[in-house]
Amino acid sequence: MLDIKHLSKTFLKGTPNAHRALQDLSLHLDKGDFVTVIGSNGAGKSTLFNAVAGSFLCEEGSIVLDGTDITYKKEHQRAKQIGRIFQDPMKGTAPDLTVEENLALAYAKSMRNPFASAHRRKDVDFYRAQLARLDMGLEDRMRTKMGQLSGGQRQAVTLLMSTIVTPKLLLLDEHTAALDPVTAQKVLEITKSIVAENQITTMMITHNIGQALHTGNRTIMLASGKIVLDLQGEEREKITLPALLEMYKEKAGKALDNDRMLLSEAE
Amino acid sequence: MEIAANALLLGLQYALLALGVYITFRILNIPDLTVDGSFTFGAAVSAVLSVAGHPFLGLAAAILCGAAAGAVTGFLQTKAGIHPILAGILTMSGLYTVNITVMQAPNVSLIGKPRFYEALYALLPNTDKDVLKTVCVAVICAGLTVALILFFKTVFGLCIRATGNNEDMVRASSINTDAAKMTALSIANALVALSGGLIAQTGGFADVNAGSGMIVVGLASVIIGEVIFGKRSLTLGLISAVVGSVVYRLIIALALENELFSADALKLISAVIIGITLCIPAVRKRIAERRIRRGAQKNA
Repeated sequence: MLDIKHLSKTFLKGTPNAHRALQDLSLHLDKGDFVTVIGSNGAGKSTLFNAVAGSFLCEEGSIVLDGTDITYKKEHQRAKQIGRIFQDPMKGTAPDLTVEENLALAYAKSMRNPFASAHRRKDVDFYRAQLARLDMGLEDRMRTKMGQLSGGQRQAVTLLMSTIVTPKLLLLDEHTAALDPVTAQKVLEITKSIVAENQITTMMITHNIGQALHTGNRTIMLASGKIVLDLQGEEREKITLPALLEMYKEKAGKALDNDRMLLSEAE
Repeated sequence: MEIAANALLLGLQYALLALGVYITFRILNIPDLTVDGSFTFGAAVSAVLSVAGHPFLGLAAAILCGAAAGAVTGFLQTKAGIHPILAGILTMSGLYTVNITVMQAPNVSLIGKPRFYEALYALLPNTDKDVLKTVCVAVICAGLTVALILFFKTVFGLCIRATGNNEDMVRASSINTDAAKMTALSIANALVALSGGLIAQTGGFADVNAGSGMIVVGLASVIIGEVIFGKRSLTLGLISAVVGSVVYRLIIALALENELFSADALKLISAVIIGITLCIPAVRKRIAERRIRRGAQKNA
């Protein structure tokens, strides 16, 4: 489904501050793969997502999504096939538009006529049914402005928006990190069920190592812009949290400097 | 009564300007300074074509020219990556030369030349001229307002609204933000130019300096409208811009009626009115805070 080959990206190239964020990175995902991505701050996780989503172009390498070369496609063109959710719940929705209008915007990906009404009864009923699945009572608040919802509700709606037209690839950039533990768990459960139901190929960045091991079917670890660990199948099932943490320290080549990751060890 | 009738006629013509400013300032969230130039552009084109005997063609050309001016600003903002305010100023100052070239003079008089509302005179010869003018302008204004309300309920309209609201999100959701911005700026400046074109024909002249300070007039109308109606929905927002424009003209007319002010004071009065209306939300907040503090002291 996703084929990344020899991808390299250097920021501030040609200056003393040049930073090689991605170094000859190759990765292949099969359809329906749910990959969790771990790595310390600055390892290149978000850079990898930005490269795939098209926030910038990479100097070397190619990205192929479902047989189509998207290496040089524009961000908004890629967005037709790639759903993306950020850590900040404010980033994924338009606060002054209503819940219904936000969903209509996401659903517009599937519409051919840009001058069709955004409030067709048939579509609105569809949005209501989708919202009801979140089990947050949002189906009765469709005319509420998005900005009045809580962070967890907004993130759940964002999730719905990025999957309402099934994407070929879903990129989750720590999308539960800003939520309280109970809400985070709920949003994660919704994520899992939507991904499983539609068999969406997914990549999820997380700093919670327990979550990384228990979600999806594959775990990769990044350090200095390279994939240093790729766990799947039996090997992944057998590994324990302490062992992975030990491996993490070893591969990252430095002591853990990330509080959140240390805390999540206790889980 | 005459003051009110005049204010209504002027207000409805400037309402198109206010709608244009509402689109850029409130929906797109960019103060677009092209307005000063595109207003005059519309007036110039409409006047020159009226002199040539084609008042309706003049209005149509004003719309197209305004849209083109908006597209230039949009291009500078998006593709050329120039700061939005500077992009507007660049187009505006470039248009000054264009406007003088179009008119071949600093001003054009339309006395004795055909106007757009004269077609209605022929049909209803016994009606008062000013009433006919107002009816004509009101119909145009109402038609365009309804068209805009419907447009912003379409999928593409929603994309424009979202672009002004949260650009990051829009980029991540397959919408071309550059196209959305350019379209919105074109529509806004087309409205502004039409406003200029109407005023040139009803007023009977076009002047190269007619547009100076128009952004302030537009902002004032939008803000006065919001003070009256509140900021609730987009539909109400568009209607409130129209009403705000008429109320603004009334306020100006009443202020000038007073013998304290001379006609030269127009710009200062406008600026003061806008300053006062703009600070109303801040003043309201202060008053509310003071009440809470007083209440706390009483209870203590």
